[in-house]
Amino acid sequence: MAIAFYIPGLLRLQTGGRSQVDIDAAAATVGEALAVLWLEYPGLRDRLVTEQGEVRQHVNIFVGAENIRDCGGFSATVSDGAAITILPAVSGG
Amino acid sequence: MEAKTFVNPKNSAALLLVGTMKGAFLLSSEASRERWDVSGPHFPGRVVYSMAYDGRDRRQRIWASSTHFAFGTLLHSTEDFGRTWTNPESAPVKFPEETGQSLRQIWQIAVGSEQGKMYCGVEPAALFESNDAGQSWSLVQGLFDHPHRSQWQPGGGGLCLHTILVDPSNAKRLHVAISTGGVYRTDDGGKSWQVRNQGISAEFLPDKYPEFGQCVHKVARHPSRPERLFLQNHGGLFRSDDAGDSWHEIVNGVSSDFGFPMAMHPHDPDTAYIFPLEREMRCSPDGRLRVYRTRDAGGSWQPLSTGFPQEASYETVLRDGMDADSLQPAGIYFGTRSGKVYGSRDEGETWRLILAGLPAITCVKAVVL
Repeated sequence: MAIAFYIPGLLRLQTGGRSQVDIDAAAATVGEALAVLWLEYPGLRDRLVTEQGEVRQHVNIFVGAENIRDCGGFSATVSDGAAITILPAVSGG
Repeated sequence: MEAKTFVNPKNSAALLLVGTMKGAFLLSSEASRERWDVSGPHFPGRVVYSMAYDGRDRRQRIWASSTHFAFGTLLHSTEDFGRTWTNPESAPVKFPEETGQSLRQIWQIAVGSEQGKMYCGVEPAALFESNDAGQSWSLVQGLFDHPHRSQWQPGGGGLCLHTILVDPSNAKRLHVAISTGGVYRTDDGGKSWQVRNQGISAEFLPDKYPEFGQCVHKVARHPSRPERLFLQNHGGLFRSDDAGDSWHEIVNGVSSDFGFPMAMHPHDPDTAYIFPLEREMRCSPDGRLRVYRTRDAGGSWQPLSTGFPQEASYETVLRDGMDADSLQPAGIYFGTRSGKVYGSRDEGETWRLILAGLPAITCVKAVVL
């Protein structure tokens, strides 16, 4: 099953410069898909989640156009061909 | 300001590590400290609350913490004066999952008196230590398990462990300061911690002299006299001559007893520097920029203003925003929330503006190479 992750610019140091990372994994949820991503690029994990395993407050993860905070968090389901986009929240100052 | 990619340490005697709300800057100068080269920003856009220099074992290693608003807090080091910085894959300083805590900021990086020993003070208030010169870190469980911890309250800047004082004469002794909690001391290398607030006031509590809960802003010690400590409180200046067992007030002629930094003279254990702030506005009183210096361990304080603007200068210096170099005569430096770096090459007698236009300055550390 193919899943595409889209990586924001500031985190591409952790992916060897890649803006898109494609994984092929039997992942039913966002959490399972992220676990596969972190195996390949371990530097992403601490930048996305806290020590408690929660998505950092100002990190947004979308499946398609839907923020996982609105559809089950790490339990949000993914299907073959899913696009998961990681973005820092909008911020000013 | 002409910011270069890096400074050249071969031509440098003095180095200033300047952390800001939007990155770090390195300023280097010859021993005359007449002209300063500037490099930066390092970690642009990230909050750099703490920096430190480790010159032990012939190292020339600079440490910096960086906090990105979205992606969290990391600890970095450079061996080449900022040309390259480490970018660790996993966060070097982080709470064990079972603590239920998540790191917000690293407020202080300290080099220990033992070989390879280092410390980080963090928010939420806790202490981390390294025994391998910063390669790996672990939570100091003895302080984390202290029964007072659940009653510590955040100050305006958060619930932070912001001050770490190593004792050059006793590797097992360490002082830390927490806002709000106060001063704690270990005499057994961090296994057990005793509160050391007797005589320090807490004006914002019904009990003005509680066992703990004080909002200590900064504590400083001179390495040649480690049992003596100077303390800038959230209201009040204090000195201890018995390693914190007792404190007495030393507000003797200071324009305001409120402030954040407390910096020691490098060669004289009786000389210290503070930057008083007007209590409500938390800026230099009356718009007059003045550092105060004591030469008699707090028996009296003298305002130092030669070279400073004396009108419409409403500046704030944060708790780690002032430091001294160890050259002769000593250089004294501070950075303001308005992004100015001031310095004195004559122990505070005269001052000049070294650099303006930086983001809000969080820390200034002076290093002699």
